Amino acid sequence: MADQATFAAEAMQYAPQLYSGALRMTRNRSDAEDLVQETYLKGYRSYHSFTEGTNLRAWLFRIMTNTFINSYRAKQRRPDETELGDFEDLYLYKNLGSLQNASVSRSAEESLMELLPDDEVKQALEDLPDNFRLPVILADVEGFSYKEIAEMLDIPIGTVMSRLHRGRKAMQKALHEFALARGLLAAEESG
Amino acid sequence: MNDEVSEATGETRDCSQTLRELDVFLDGELSDDQQSAIRHHLDGCMDCLGAFDFHAELKSVVAAKCQSDDMPPDLLAKIELCFGTDFDGDGLIG
Repeated sequence: MADQATFAAEAMQYAPQLYSGALRMTRNRSDAEDLVQETYLKGYRSYHSFTEGTNLRAWLFRIMTNTFINSYRAKQRRPDETELGDFEDLYLYKNLGSLQNASVSRSAEESLMELLPDDEVKQALEDLPDNFRLPVILADVEGFSYKEIAEMLDIPIGTVMSRLHRGRKAMQKALHEFALARGLLAAEESG
Repeated sequence: MNDEVSEATGETRDCSQTLRELDVFLDGELSDDQQSAIRHHLDGCMDCLGAFDFHAELKSVVAAKCQSDDMPPDLLAKIELCFGTDFDGDGLIG
């Protein structure tokens, strides 16, 4: 049985990741801080039910995801299920071609890391409705498997996959629009 | 492999099939057989390879940029304080 006394020693190393995840979920610093604290408190109290040798980070993220869904999401009064527009596949990849015509153009060597500013990537993710944002955070930021995400969100794996697919496309559309607004891309040329 | 025999229809179907599995491939969730079928296609198809490389890069950019937040400096101390405190006086921590 996992010993409560060792919880701090084992679990505190994940605080920075949990805090970033909480910030992407709640979209504000004060709620994120509360959410992380609550996650640790719940983890501490129920550490006896943690199976040693299994993934402690996944266990903590599961607690945090549940806490977010059950309290913070309700508090933010957002609808449970929101639909997204349907965008074409490979949205950003196909539309980034317009960079070649832009005055400030992307050189072949310029990486997406330089091309996409931190705050625009965070914003594009945070603008997704909850039911799409959570799977994308858990998969693309935290690197959890479909199975782990399905368990954390209590939805079927097929649903995880379709929400990831559509959430990612919507993010790409947003990233493209941010770039357009910045004037980095030539507006879709008039012909 | 069969797809490459019939150039007229097979090639197209193989590309669209490959692209449909792009997400799942990059998420590392395909079986070994499916993975190697895709790798085989990518070896001979620059168009699909370009799309796969782009999305692999995008995935790592999203990961890198969305987990670089500075924690409030006192958060760790606040959490550790919780571990020793019986807030509601019921004899239990928290």
